[in-house]
Amino acid sequence: MLKTVLPYLLTGIAVGGQYALIAIGYTMVYGILRLINFAHGDVFMVAGILMVYIMASGLPLYISIPLVLLLTAAIGFVIERIAYKPLRSAPRMSIMISAIGVSYTLQNLVLYITGGLNKSYPKIPFISESVSIFGVNTKMVTLITPVLTIVLVVALVLLINKTKIGMAMRAVSKDFETSQLMGIKINNVISVTFIIGSVLAGVGSILYFTNYNTVIQTSGAMPGLKAFVAAVFGGIGSIPGAVVGAFIIGICENLIKGLDIILFKAGLTNTSYGLATFSDAFTFALLIIILIVKPTGLFGEKITDKV
Amino acid sequence: MMKNTRSGSYAQPQEKTVKLSTVLSALVILLVYAAVFVAEQTLPSTSILFTVLKKGATYALVAVSMNLLNGFTGLFSLGQAGFMLIGAYAYGILTIPVEQRMNVYQYYDGGIVQFALPVVPALIIAGLCAAAFAFLIGLPVLRLKSDYLAIATLGFAEIVRTIFQWDKLGFLTNGSNLLREYPTFNDFNIKGADGEVTLYLSTLVPFIIAGVCIALIVLLLRSSYGRAFMAIRDDEIAAEAMGINLAKHKQIAFCVSSFFAGIGGAMLAMYQNTVQAKAFTSAMTYEILLIVVIGGIGSVTGSCISSFLFVACSEWWLRFLDQKQMIGNFEVPLLRNGFRLVVFSIIIMIVVLFFRQGIMGTKELPDLFKPRRGGKKPKRSVKEKAEQAKENAKEALQAEEQITLTAAEAAETGAAVAAEAAGEEAASLKDKAEEAKEALKEALAQEAAAAAEAETVEGGEA
Amino acid sequence: MREIVMQMDNVTMQFGGVVAVDSLSLDIYKDEIVALIGPNGAGKTTAFNVATGVYAPTNGRVLLRGKIIAQGHPTGKMKHMYAGTHIGEYNKLISHTPDKICQMGMARTFQNIRLFKNMTVLENVLVARHMRLNAGFFQSALNLNLHEERRLRRECSDLLDMLGLSDLMYENAASLPYGKQRYLEIARALATDPRILLLDEPAAGMNPQETDELSDFIRKIKEDFNLTVFLIEHHMNLVMDISDRIYVLDFGKLIAEGTPEEIQKNPAVIAAYLGVEEE
Repeated sequence: MLKTVLPYLLTGIAVGGQYALIAIGYTMVYGILRLINFAHGDVFMVAGILMVYIMASGLPLYISIPLVLLLTAAIGFVIERIAYKPLRSAPRMSIMISAIGVSYTLQNLVLYITGGLNKSYPKIPFISESVSIFGVNTKMVTLITPVLTIVLVVALVLLINKTKIGMAMRAVSKDFETSQLMGIKINNVISVTFIIGSVLAGVGSILYFTNYNTVIQTSGAMPGLKAFVAAVFGGIGSIPGAVVGAFIIGICENLIKGLDIILFKAGLTNTSYGLATFSDAFTFALLIIILIVKPTGLFGEKITDKV
Repeated sequence: MMKNTRSGSYAQPQEKTVKLSTVLSALVILLVYAAVFVAEQTLPSTSILFTVLKKGATYALVAVSMNLLNGFTGLFSLGQAGFMLIGAYAYGILTIPVEQRMNVYQYYDGGIVQFALPVVPALIIAGLCAAAFAFLIGLPVLRLKSDYLAIATLGFAEIVRTIFQWDKLGFLTNGSNLLREYPTFNDFNIKGADGEVTLYLSTLVPFIIAGVCIALIVLLLRSSYGRAFMAIRDDEIAAEAMGINLAKHKQIAFCVSSFFAGIGGAMLAMYQNTVQAKAFTSAMTYEILLIVVIGGIGSVTGSCISSFLFVACSEWWLRFLDQKQMIGNFEVPLLRNGFRLVVFSIIIMIVVLFFRQGIMGTKELPDLFKPRRGGKKPKRSVKEKAEQAKENAKEALQAEEQITLTAAEAAETGAAVAAEAAGEEAASLKDKAEEAKEALKEALAQEAAAAAEAETVEGGEA
Repeated sequence: MREIVMQMDNVTMQFGGVVAVDSLSLDIYKDEIVALIGPNGAGKTTAFNVATGVYAPTNGRVLLRGKIIAQGHPTGKMKHMYAGTHIGEYNKLISHTPDKICQMGMARTFQNIRLFKNMTVLENVLVARHMRLNAGFFQSALNLNLHEERRLRRECSDLLDMLGLSDLMYENAASLPYGKQRYLEIARALATDPRILLLDEPAAGMNPQETDELSDFIRKIKEDFNLTVFLIEHHMNLVMDISDRIYVLDFGKLIAEGTPEEIQKNPAVIAAYLGVEEE
């Protein structure tokens, strides 16, 4: 029984960690700008494509990984400056539409550059290697992801709670206008938020695509959406919430993928129901349920509208 | 406060211009339909123009249905692709001829549905199915605030897409296989006995279906319910305080929008000849949203125009960007597969960032025929303004006289303090009078200009 | 005994640990003009929001023409945090939504003007008639109720005429000058056929002359529309001028109640205002 469930569980934890790294970008941006950054999933995908091209150019690993992260950060920064900053005082719907426009643009750019073909992701030594635990074969990345995720999240939480810029971020997310009046340079804070979010998405993309092997222009859409759901599930604006939500979604999704086999092995059923189809749908069903039952998510704060 | 009594005379001309512009708009629309009909009979049926027109009409309906929700009711919903899917499948499932079912549902013993409906009832049922789903999903989801609603509806569309591909429902949906062999736009062409087409209607029919649906939406928007929707969009809290039941009205807007999205989905199925759940992705919803934005959020006319522009660009006018082009011996750089979409995305971003009003803003077709001068105000209001300014100026002048008198009186009685106060007041009123005089001059000038223009117009007409 | 139009019984509204309104009880009789005054942050608008159904009261109840429109007692976390009194008296939870309350005959205006900005003046008023529509959805949606629609337009333009807004009928609501916007908000509220009208700082941002005009106007609509008026206001001249009775709120608590003359002499009120009650 354990042998049946374990591979799905392990993949689930790993995918959960990767979602967590993307979800943090969503939750931080939402916390500050009240914007669903629809382009975030595509930034994640672009990081994957960058890795493909940079590794193909023959640069060594210790240069190419930092380079990818640097470029991803730059992309996040530029997107914010070009597409969101001019709309700061516009209605929220306009900014969201702009985000959708950016997502569309990034996907089309990558389509143009790659010719719309699946690009195979480079093998990264060590984390691409196979490993066996409890008799289950998996890649090293599966074990590294949760550890790395936790380390990065702890670092981020420290940054937010202990540093000056972190304090500014907390202030801006509490009250945009007041913190502006208090002399906080909100544009800098927002830029830093986008840069942090993008770098984490970049790290996530290295881990995620090492697991999935190929990148195409639409690769970012699904993980992006799921990471957003994770952020909502955990309580949007809350970093620990996003991480917990991401792990729950990653694990559930992968267990559903294996549900037919697990049920069969457990002797509960003899036929296949094709339930694996529902692994994606599950995430969204979960989203709708949480929004109805507890719209603030697991760790979210309640916001009341003033009349 | 209550000095105005001119309302009747003011309202009358307004009504008249509305009527004239409505007639002109109807004429324009009629001309478009006539042109489509004539073009179809004269041009070869393989022309790319017809592809654009058919797909454009389909997208116009879907875009207007989305605009009803996003632009007029202020509900940011991203579930359009899901409702289109439901409509497309309902239409396909209901209209595949019985003798073709074995062939289409080859893995599911011909499927469970063993009858076929005519096109029009099937279209209506397609819409109703989408509306029914909308009703169910709307119950919980419509309570959510803007962006949560967006993501929940997006999620719903993904769930629908998965369910329709589920193997176990294959007897109804044909699983992940195509639906085909149902009546398409080309089946509306009337053929003679020899199988030759005698009357081409394959483009006019989608125009008529979309036209009727859009007309219904416009009627709704002009009704009391339409006003209630717009009130919700402008200020939810005030709308509720004015007795509008938010849940009920949002639900109505959501269901109506989905009904027409369902019909739009059915039209897309007709246009494509085959239909598959896999294609109804969130990218499709985004595309429709961008059409709405380019046309102008809150303008039905804008959505229609931008649908045709969008389809024409992507299917026709920008196609050359995808192929290598030679100018003499020089190969134009960058042009290869996919470049069209890049250019397209950049155009869209420019519209989103710099022309947020889109093509039409919130204007509609009849607005274009209304006489306009110096932007927003109709010509008559200039005259009105001039008159009012004159009156104001007169009043101010009288006041000035009076105040000067008071000041003089006060001075006479020797009450220096009072005089000072009165003098100050008089000074401020003098300023005002000065201003009023300026305004009067300006008003007179404006009036003269207006009159001059009116004359030229009349002269031109004569 | 005169008919009580609106009644609040021990209404307490608590947000987290903050008690915004503390056990407020008041009665408003038919044909009265009653003012609710108090320093900034005294909980006046919160009291209005409870009465009109925007907030459900933490404890206590509100009655409109003898019918309970809101009643509540602390639930969930609030059970432990509740700092008010009269616990256990209002066990049945009743809460009508603002639209229902409006239909029952209570209309309001807002402190920060909330017009439908992208609609014309006439449309703003027409929206308020929507809930009194006779035609069903399909009849209305297909524009088959032409007679009714014409009647509505006539009624609304007559109303605007009475309020001196008819020459602005086809203007965009947002393009109106500030004072006119306040009048339009009142016009819109009147279009709902209210028995009682709640005005939240109607004179905010008006100069003394405009304020005087407003007093006359409020008296006039009270007569013309057979209304009871309940208002929040900071302009003491206006309040003392038109009110039959005044309630004074400070830190959520009712500190005084009476006629304008009584209130002006009341030491507790003077203390609360620290001498700023004279403008």
